[in-house]
Amino acid sequence: MRKLVWGAVLAPILALTLQGCDAPREQVTFFERDAVPEKLSAWHLVEAIDGELSPNAGVTPYDLNTALFSDYAHKLRTVWMPAGKSAKYAKEDFDYPVGTVLTKTFYYPKGKNGTILRTDDYSNDYVPGAAGERLQLANVRLMETRILVKRADGWQALPYVWNKEQTEATLQIAGDASRMKMVSESGDSDDFTYVVPDRNQCAGCHADNHSKKALHPLGPRARHLNKDYTYGTGTQNQLLHWQQIGYLTGLPEFAEIPRDADYADISASLDERARAYLDINCGHCHNPSGPAGYSGLDLYHEETVARRYGVCKPPIAAGTGSGDHLFDIVPGQPGQSIIPFRVGSTNPGAMMPELGRTLVHEKGLALLRDWIASMPGSCS
Amino acid sequence: MKTAAQKMGIAGVALAAVLAGACSKDVGTASPQADQAQASASKDFQKNLLEQLISAKTGDVIELPAGTFHLNRSLSLDVDGVTIRGAGKDKTVLSFKNQIQGAEGLLVNASDFTIENLAIEDTIGDALKVNEGKNIVIRNVRVEWTNGPATENGAYGIYPVRTTNTLLEGNVAIGASDAGIYVGQSRNVIVRNNRAESNVAGIEIENTIGADVYDNVATKNAGGILVFNMPNLPQPGHSTRVYNNKVFKNNTENFGHKGTPVAAVPAGSGVVINSNDNVEIFDNDIADNDTANVIVSSYFMAGYYTDKSTQKAFDPYPEGIYVYGNKFSGGGGSPGLMKLKALKVAEFGLSGSLPDILWDGAVDANKMVDGKLPDALKLCVDNGDAKVLNVDFQHDFKNITTEMDSHQCSLKKLPQIVLDFDKPQGDGKEVAKVEASDA
Repeated sequence: MRKLVWGAVLAPILALTLQGCDAPREQVTFFERDAVPEKLSAWHLVEAIDGELSPNAGVTPYDLNTALFSDYAHKLRTVWMPAGKSAKYAKEDFDYPVGTVLTKTFYYPKGKNGTILRTDDYSNDYVPGAAGERLQLANVRLMETRILVKRADGWQALPYVWNKEQTEATLQIAGDASRMKMVSESGDSDDFTYVVPDRNQCAGCHADNHSKKALHPLGPRARHLNKDYTYGTGTQNQLLHWQQIGYLTGLPEFAEIPRDADYADISASLDERARAYLDINCGHCHNPSGPAGYSGLDLYHEETVARRYGVCKPPIAAGTGSGDHLFDIVPGQPGQSIIPFRVGSTNPGAMMPELGRTLVHEKGLALLRDWIASMPGSCS
Repeated sequence: MKTAAQKMGIAGVALAAVLAGACSKDVGTASPQADQAQASASKDFQKNLLEQLISAKTGDVIELPAGTFHLNRSLSLDVDGVTIRGAGKDKTVLSFKNQIQGAEGLLVNASDFTIENLAIEDTIGDALKVNEGKNIVIRNVRVEWTNGPATENGAYGIYPVRTTNTLLEGNVAIGASDAGIYVGQSRNVIVRNNRAESNVAGIEIENTIGADVYDNVATKNAGGILVFNMPNLPQPGHSTRVYNNKVFKNNTENFGHKGTPVAAVPAGSGVVINSNDNVEIFDNDIADNDTANVIVSSYFMAGYYTDKSTQKAFDPYPEGIYVYGNKFSGGGGSPGLMKLKALKVAEFGLSGSLPDILWDGAVDANKMVDGKLPDALKLCVDNGDAKVLNVDFQHDFKNITTEMDSHQCSLKKLPQIVLDFDKPQGDGKEVAKVEASDA
């Protein structure tokens, strides 16, 4: 109980620090399944106010060790739970209370002349003094905010698309597509189509058990959340923070909590980094009960049989995706392996993942190639 | 409830106007406005259809009007008990020529699903995929890559995988770079009255338990009708009957992607059994397939088998194969593999032909009793004077033979596949009724 009290005390303080001297905000509003508002602002979760995109009181940002790649989009993720409710820890999917609302806002740092920037640097995204919390709208182009809301009968996915003025986002269950020009740090530019998935496509990833069809949050799981985050109140491990603000109970001894590697952290082994990358980008489909279970290729973190995670595994229904190669992974031969071919393709008929990107993630691809190049042995 | 037809009435009218405009374009009087109007009509159509599919409720019939509609994103359906119905497989055309997103044209994860009377053209990946579900009917649907056979075409045309009780009838599949009609890891399947043309594989049944494939036409593919088992999958298949089909002139050069299982099928293959067990091939009309009218082979011959690539429990041998009563003619004159070409010349002369049935001869020594396979595991042939060519693949083509004694046996016949909802001329309502009483 002490933790809940802590949360109750902390929330108003946070609200004060976040709001400054502005008028008090309306509280987060929970809508029933069949009464979903057309406008994102009605939820009072993350709102565009005074040139900032700011989370409301109790709407807590979080980050992942290794995140899904989505065309270099930057993401602001938040979690909110109704007063007095908490999620129960589990090794895989936390038992989130009914009423939990997760948001993921996709945005890009702005470049010149209406372009967007391709960069891993988040530092200019935020309002000064509010790193990790509030986005400076003058510096970023908001694309969409996806909401996952836990109902009594399961999670519901709702895609909201931001207007050009960055004042409001509107529900688009059929998704959206817009042409963009992205400029990299070296000055190269790419024209690409940013695609907002439709609501069924949300399920394409979030229903990681294909038969049951039930949606689940993919990112906010123990192994992905187990890292430090810099909150307005200081830096803290996210799971401990969630426990502290009353959002999580049943947290085991710290040593028992799994932790996926950060794919870009070169102090971790190639194997840990590559498997973490495959886990978050592929494991939601490529697990035995997932939508790609029929492929026999299992890329979720628990798979330990090398053939099942691709080593010397022949393709089944890869079609164009085989890239004229015989095996998913040929040890030592990234150029002869199907996985890097598909991750490096932008042809919708060949590329992997099938949804969520139209560009190649160069760093992720390089990691997978290095990983395969480092593998000893052969397939013959 | 408003039907899609009602909702889309406006788009349909606009489109009709546009189509008229498009025709006039050919005589040089079209305007940019007409193109814009067409794009806009298709855009409305796409958004409406996406919303209908997303918001669908059990029992809904989504009716699509006649016309050609351009879609640039894939469609998906997750709700059980929905019917999608067009105005005809040459009348309602969903064209994905400019698709920018999605690995399929339409992806379905739902039971009690019927799709009929429409066409899906030029998808960048698979045309119609049903990934898990029971009681699936795909009827009078045309899937086509309109530029003809090409490696860059999408992989699968009609593609139910992990389904139970599936009926595919009256469909047409053209130009798939893998299989035109492909049923994978399913149970209780009927594939009848379809036409598969100019695909790498015309009709393919893979890792499926219980399939009847009859009254189909497979022609101009690299391989006509395939019954395969692949390793490393949750479900090994068996028990397929291939009968009353017309399988002829499947001599199109294999344009599949290297590494895909069908890319190993030599052009000129009629009916191919690979690694699958308990398969009957009977009463078919199989003609003029240049490698062989029937091929029975093990997974070894596909060229992918290694101890590392294949799970231990996988059985690579085709066993219990029964070929009888087929009408064979022509074929075998120009095998699609160099090795077989050389073999043909050596054994049958320049102007000769391979026999109707080509067998790689691979047998599982562990299953032999007194040095022989039990009858139930044999390749049994009772087909007039049709001959089997055993190329002795396991011993590097050393003991090539056409002896027939070891094939003179008969096997217990497989039962007919029956689908409870199967009413050949039934409309969606009847189907729903039967299924409801089933549940």
